[in-house]
Amino acid sequence: MADKISSCLKGEGLTKIFGVGRRKTLAVDHVDFDFCEGKIVSIVGESGSGKTTLAKMLLGLIKPTEGEIYFQGKKRDISSQKKRREYWKNIQAIFQDPYSSFNIFNKIDAVLLDCIKMRDGKKLTNEQKVAMMAEACSFVNLKFDELTNKYPFELSGGQMQRLMIARIFILKPKVLLADEPTSMIDACSRATILDMLMKLRDEIGMTIVFITHDIGLAYYVSDTVYIMEHGRIIESGSADEVILHPKEAYTQRLISDVPKIHEEWDLSTVQYSVS
Amino acid sequence: MKQTLQQVFHSGKFIVGFVIFMALLLLVIIYPLFIKDAPLAIIAQGSFFPPGTYVNIYDSINTTDIYTLNLQDAAANRISSKLSNDDREAMKEWLIGDGVPADQIDTSDTASLLDLWEKNYDPQKNIPGMIFAQKRYYQRLNDSVQGILSTEGEILAALNPETGTLEQIGTVNQSDYVNIDQVANVRVLPLGTDNFGRDVLTELVKAIEVSLEIGFVAGIVATLIGLTLGLLSGYIGGWVDDMIMFVTNLFTVIPSFVLLVLISFSIGQEQRGAVTIAIVIGLTSWVWTTRAVRSQVISLRNRDHVNLSKIAGHSIFHIILNDILPYIASYVVMALILQISSAILAEASLSILGLGPKTSVVPTLGLMMNWAMIYQAEILGKWWAYFPVIVAIALITFSMNLMNTGLDQVFNPALRD
Ligand SMILES: Nc1ncnc2c1ncn2[C@@H]1O[C@H](COP(=O)(O)OP(=O)(O)OP(=O)(O)O)[C@@H](O)[C@H]1O
Ligand SMILES: [Mg+2]
Repeated sequence: MADKISSCLKGEGLTKIFGVGRRKTLAVDHVDFDFCEGKIVSIVGESGSGKTTLAKMLLGLIKPTEGEIYFQGKKRDISSQKKRREYWKNIQAIFQDPYSSFNIFNKIDAVLLDCIKMRDGKKLTNEQKVAMMAEACSFVNLKFDELTNKYPFELSGGQMQRLMIARIFILKPKVLLADEPTSMIDACSRATILDMLMKLRDEIGMTIVFITHDIGLAYYVSDTVYIMEHGRIIESGSADEVILHPKEAYTQRLISDVPKIHEEWDLSTVQYSVS
Repeated sequence: MKQTLQQVFHSGKFIVGFVIFMALLLLVIIYPLFIKDAPLAIIAQGSFFPPGTYVNIYDSINTTDIYTLNLQDAAANRISSKLSNDDREAMKEWLIGDGVPADQIDTSDTASLLDLWEKNYDPQKNIPGMIFAQKRYYQRLNDSVQGILSTEGEILAALNPETGTLEQIGTVNQSDYVNIDQVANVRVLPLGTDNFGRDVLTELVKAIEVSLEIGFVAGIVATLIGLTLGLLSGYIGGWVDDMIMFVTNLFTVIPSFVLLVLISFSIGQEQRGAVTIAIVIGLTSWVWTTRAVRSQVISLRNRDHVNLSKIAGHSIFHIILNDILPYIASYVVMALILQISSAILAEASLSILGLGPKTSVVPTLGLMMNWAMIYQAEILGKWWAYFPVIVAIALITFSMNLMNTGLDQVFNPALRD
């Protein structure tokens, strides 16, 4: 195991079909992948290409129609609640839309306490728990004192996503699935969020599966890139390989949608709309 | 939570409904503190005594203080109470039938009318075209107008135990009055009595209470069943959903009222208490709550906050209770209110068919309607036996529906104005 970079998450022929009969949608179509431990992997694709569906299958939130998932070399087994809990200690997620990710009836403390409970059981004293929550909050530049007794919906979108990262900070999972964590927030908080994710990875050395529709962002953060189109993975490889030397027309189109990724690109083809 | 409550009490509809409902509730709570009679005690001999104040004649004769009031209109009032305009017209008709020329009869002049009557009326005489009932009516009228113009008092007499003869012990003059506060027994019957001689108001208050209880029990039973089945079927899905929906569809196809009638009938008169009926109503009316809750849950179960709760390792039970239920709570409260008001209506409909709770223990609004109908109160014009009941049923359902739409406006932003 030690001699090669071990596989962390692996999928074989993973497929998801929603609905039956005429209203069938093939959301994910026989995808194969192998995410290595400790790397940042990007999954890039347009809206509706099946990225979220793939992430939910990896999380065990929806059952694949076909195919197998291997976690740390072994076939994933999440058949009982106990096994699922164990699995979720290792694999966590940040969802696309921060505004709908929190239960509006729970306070922020409850969200963080859930994570502490999940990781350490119930053996901690109250002071230790508070210290832990405060540490997690300060890691993401939030002030815990101001947040206690507040509800998540009283935060801004960027603050909510940072709270999500604070969850991950407490849970310290092996794998983080970040499903477009920055797509719903402004460019300024986007950089902060990304910085924090990188810092967190350096700290706990986890694998990050970074889902995005922005190939420029993928190039900026990731080691490996998977390109998805209509539920299929059409191209994959190291970030440099895929983005600087794309083989598929689809990838080229994705790249040309994002200007200024590299000096080599011909900016004259890009149309700016002046408003 | 607090903001929601504030919003709820800013909705005009809700407040109106709430006030009406609270007024009914207060009536039910406060009334028995003052009137302690058993609600089904038979107090009147005879049926359908009209609403009014009943003054005990024996006690008013025997009061110590007799007041003499010389009031101008006393005689006129006395005469008009014994001889209404209809009676005058009837007398005129009889006299014309007897051959008295119409222009000689002046119905507004009481003295001359009675004079003519005195002279001509003969109870034995047959006027052509007059049926027996009319003949009886004239005989009664004749009895009541006897001595109507007299200014004499009535003589009070008592039996002398020694001689065995009646002896005058006093007179009651026409200008004698008693103060009603000094009469030992006065009973106000604001809504008269019913066919069995029971005080309608006391009965009605108790009936509102029992009907509300039936409504609440039935509503809570129906909502609990509907909520549980809806949550399970919506959240778990799969074969659990299939099975629950199969049963629900079965119940949807059979109209619940038919089911209700059949079950009530097969329970039998003796076993049908108010609570039993309430539970039966609840057991037959959970279908719509199940369907509504299920569809709400289905739209909730794929939300990200539920997913987040799942990957935080929470159990199904915890997720349903914490991540689903609060989101549909307002909806469930609204469904409960509707269930309560429709259960009250269902009880009333059942009782009108004679399949309501056992009749001898407590009244319900439906039973009161049933009694009024069996004893033909509406045909006899005894409005006090059924009209207040209708008003009570209408007020309860009206107030609940108002509260419901008020809540709807608060919880459903699309309806907010
Ligand atoms: N629960 C569902 N039921 C039916 N179809 C679904 C469901 N979830 C997703 N789909 C369909 O699957 C396809 C892929 O959806 P998915 O959410 O994975 O896309 P995505 O790549 O995440 O897009 P975006 O960038 O907009 O988030 C879409 O066509 C969508 O309509
Ligand atoms: Mg998505």
